[in-house]
Amino acid sequence: MRIEGINESTCIVYFGDTICDETAGLVKQATDNIRAALSDVITDLVPSYTSVMVCYDLDRIDRFGIHTRLRQALEGGAAKAQDDAAAQTLELPVYYGPEVALDLKDVCEFSGLSADEVIQIHSEQTYRVYAIGFSPGFAFLGSTDQRIAMPRKSTPRLKVPVGSVGIAGSQTAIYPSATPGGWQIVGRTPSKMVDWDSESLALAQIGDRIKFRSIDRAEFISLGGQLDEL
Amino acid sequence: MSFEVLDPGMLTQVQDMGRLGYQHIGVTTGGPMDEHAFLWANRLLNNPLNAPQLEITFGRLSLLTHSDTCIALTGADLGARLNDQPIAPWQTYEIKQGDRLSFGIPVAGLRAYLAVSGGLGVPARLGSAATVSREHLGGLDGTGAKLAKGDRIPLATPSAAAKASVPYSEIPDYRKPLRVGVIPGYQYRHFPRSARARFFTSEYHVSQNIDRMGYRLSGEAIHGDLDGIISEGIAYGAIQIPTDGQPIVLMKDRQTIGGYPKIGSLSALGAGQLAQRAPGASVSFYLTDVAEAEARRMIFNHQLRQGALGTTG
Repeated sequence: MRIEGINESTCIVYFGDTICDETAGLVKQATDNIRAALSDVITDLVPSYTSVMVCYDLDRIDRFGIHTRLRQALEGGAAKAQDDAAAQTLELPVYYGPEVALDLKDVCEFSGLSADEVIQIHSEQTYRVYAIGFSPGFAFLGSTDQRIAMPRKSTPRLKVPVGSVGIAGSQTAIYPSATPGGWQIVGRTPSKMVDWDSESLALAQIGDRIKFRSIDRAEFISLGGQLDEL
Repeated sequence: MSFEVLDPGMLTQVQDMGRLGYQHIGVTTGGPMDEHAFLWANRLLNNPLNAPQLEITFGRLSLLTHSDTCIALTGADLGARLNDQPIAPWQTYEIKQGDRLSFGIPVAGLRAYLAVSGGLGVPARLGSAATVSREHLGGLDGTGAKLAKGDRIPLATPSAAAKASVPYSEIPDYRKPLRVGVIPGYQYRHFPRSARARFFTSEYHVSQNIDRMGYRLSGEAIHGDLDGIISEGIAYGAIQIPTDGQPIVLMKDRQTIGGYPKIGSLSALGAGQLAQRAPGASVSFYLTDVAEAEARRMIFNHQLRQGALGTTG
């Protein structure tokens, strides 16, 4: 663990240098511990793959104080290794049909597999939420099976439809809102990934596990899924 | 009790100090591009420091007042007029029902702040009224829209406010070439000595690509030994160095995490001064550290608490 200053109200704690399950576990645990122990002085926490950025209120604590409090919270935190207890496994329905799987053909070409094989590989695995960012509720999931780990498109789409499920190298993700993006789109979920009027706000939290369930067109529509207007 | 928008100008948004506490689910903070000017505007009126205001970018805004109240104007000089009389920033003005408040084009700086006694009566979304158009959050109706012609901006009940102005020593000159401190951090060590030397001795210019997410600068290219990094949290004022070597300073509407190497970060006050610079303005960097940035901010917070000439309480 390494704590480094960034500016007068921000520092960052690093837990490792590679993306792996173990480091992700440390990040989740640290995020929970810091939130519990430092709620009186922190204004924001930004966990990611290997780090947690900590934003604090300079009117309440200075650079020495935050380092001390972080060390206390994190070193004493080993006992609270209830990592997977709070993490949930979400099952997300995904329609992999040709109307919504905008890049499935390209992924088939890249992998030399049939569409059914790509869908089976993508949906049979349980993924972990390693980071949330890019846009509200955009959860970076890992790790995609090497056979279908196609890199991002060289030219991003100007608008990726809401709910699109994409692949970018060893990562996969769902677009919670219509944004520009360069991921290879292989399907679409009818589930709402963010809802500012709900208690939880965002469906997925860092550390959660996610599994995709392949659904057909009829179920996609009945669950409220939207097809693009042509 | 309202302002009626006769002309929204180029970009006018409701801002408060930002949407804090939601970055872990990818929601950016938003908030005033220039905290120094924003906070002084609320202080002049003895408002809560977080009270929502209008951030007027570039100018051309025109408002009709439907109530008697008191306003404070800070930040950029955008050629503001009250019923055709020029009014200067960094002080308060009493306004009457039927008054017209209008802005021209930038004379000095880029973003003006208009605070109203008691604040704007706008709803909070996720705890804040800050407008982030990309995320469809904040603003008049909570959906992130910028001001439009015909909008009515509700005003809170004004409290008795004395005439006040910001101390002269606290008024920046946005026309000066900006020399701003950089706190080394993040991937600083991955930039070779020669690249750091170039970064701290070169003059950069503000490019045309500036918005509330980031300020792209142009000048000497900087190259480190990393093309990309494992995505991590991006602080307000962080300086990203993409593969073309041209620095990008991340501003209030930045993405919460990102995978480009960063050479360090500005302080919030430093980033606020950058936010007042238009394309073509000169920017150069000097090496500073967290201790100095912290000391400067504490002095600023102290001066803010001391208040202004004429302020009470």
